[in-house]
Amino acid sequence: MTIYTRRRIINIFNLSMSFLTMAFGLFWLGWILVTLFQQGLGALDWTVFTQNTPPPGESGGLLNAIVGSLIMTALGVLIGAPLGVLAGTYLAEYGRHSRLASAVRFINDILLSAPSIIVGLFIFTVVVMAMGSFSGFAGSLALAVIALPVIVRTTENMLALVPGRLREAAAALGAPTWLVIVRISYRAARAGIVTGILLAVARISGETAPLLFTALNNQFFSADLGRPMANLPVTIFQFALSPYRDWQDLAWAGSLLITLAVLAISIVARVLVRPKGSK
Amino acid sequence: MMAEINTSTQERATPSVSLAGLRSGEATQNEARPEAKLEIRDLNFYYGGFHALKGIDMQIPAGKVTAFIGPSGCGKSTLLRAFNRIYELYPNQRAEGEILMDGRNILSPKVDKNLLRAKVGMVFQTPTPFPMSIYDNIAFGVRLYEKLSRRQMDERVEWSLRKAALWDEVKSKLRQSGTGLSGGQQQRLCIARAIAVKPEVLLLDEPTSALDPISTGFIEELVHELKQDYTIVMVTHNMQQAARVSDYTAFMYLGQLVEFNDTDTVFTNPAKKQTEDYITGRYG
Repeated sequence: MTIYTRRRIINIFNLSMSFLTMAFGLFWLGWILVTLFQQGLGALDWTVFTQNTPPPGESGGLLNAIVGSLIMTALGVLIGAPLGVLAGTYLAEYGRHSRLASAVRFINDILLSAPSIIVGLFIFTVVVMAMGSFSGFAGSLALAVIALPVIVRTTENMLALVPGRLREAAAALGAPTWLVIVRISYRAARAGIVTGILLAVARISGETAPLLFTALNNQFFSADLGRPMANLPVTIFQFALSPYRDWQDLAWAGSLLITLAVLAISIVARVLVRPKGSK
Repeated sequence: MMAEINTSTQERATPSVSLAGLRSGEATQNEARPEAKLEIRDLNFYYGGFHALKGIDMQIPAGKVTAFIGPSGCGKSTLLRAFNRIYELYPNQRAEGEILMDGRNILSPKVDKNLLRAKVGMVFQTPTPFPMSIYDNIAFGVRLYEKLSRRQMDERVEWSLRKAALWDEVKSKLRQSGTGLSGGQQQRLCIARAIAVKPEVLLLDEPTSALDPISTGFIEELVHELKQDYTIVMVTHNMQQAARVSDYTAFMYLGQLVEFNDTDTVFTNPAKKQTEDYITGRYG
């Protein structure tokens, strides 16, 4: 056997193995999506968006849960994004090689991989116990804590991609550091930072564990942040485990809604980071 | 040029290098160099523990083009980067000694580095247009220190683009992104941006090394034009370029200033053997 034939055989083997593993991974993903669409599409109709979650045996929708999820996700990002962007800015622009920055970076990495149920437990102890009740506000805080490290990390990475010579060029014109960051670095990294925030939104919009003992759930419509708030993930958790057919259908519909939302966000994020000029 | 030299009153008692062999046709003997814009006294520079510049003493003449030549790593860019204290962006770099600009030590912490940089413009090796429109690229620096009306700003943008010989190519697309220009245009945009703030000194760090010969020609012509209004210091790897555009040339080697004289002398009658070896291509 010549060296060349040997190399070709090895190549074919490697190629088919990587193809098979890819197919294996995609198979499950495809199965999940197919099931989701089969079950979810059937359950999805207008009442899902117009009526609140029903008691067992009655017809209803997911209005309160959808609105609750939207409010808490929005508030969570509203709290997490400014903090995360500023912290990421510190790490990439001011701190860079300082000891404080490496400490913050290390802690952020831990936070990034911390199980979300621990974040829920933390907010439960610090906020829910202190306030004396479950609340939408506590749920938003828990989501913010989960979004924070994602945003810190992407902001730092995106700012690190801005060439140092751009900063030098701006500084050489006599621009103070903060202005260089705001006018040059942010502008150059804008698409990446926005993408990071969107990915954080996608991440927290499906989180269940941190909401279980912070926002809890609410059978009725409520936009009051001081009281327990309905939300999709916990509703899905409850309804899917219930023995009632109607509830199970609604759980599928809710799952499909979250998936579609995450899909839409991811597509927007991809379009944003796509380099200019390429298709 | 003749007049400038003759009216120069700052006759130096001990010139740091020989003044023999001034440019033929424009100088007779016993004439001093024009007044120094930058006077460097015993400058040492460190990258962390690395001693990159060793006791540099020199005077950069006002209203002239001074070129720094020398092999890679000899410290010529380092020296240039000390003139606007841009090295201070990096915490492990530091300079010791004095650089007097119009008699004031600009390395002193009392001198505000941002105000200094407004007076000492810099153009870098690779073109660095900001991710904004051509117009805003130029207005960015101007807005930092001047409050101009819209019309004045329009005029300033046009003036600097004309100075940089770019106006005709971009006048119809001032609102388009500066990053969409060709490399040579981008570099001229960077020069326009640097002169728009009306600095007194212009530092060019290998401004043409990333450009094609035609763009290089443009920029060399430009340097020639600009020296009427600015003191220009440029680093170049290209000795022909130094010979073409500069009035004075400094040859540096291993962090030391080996020779500094008017360009013709350095290239035709160098005082040091090291200089001769370098310009004849024996090393570097």
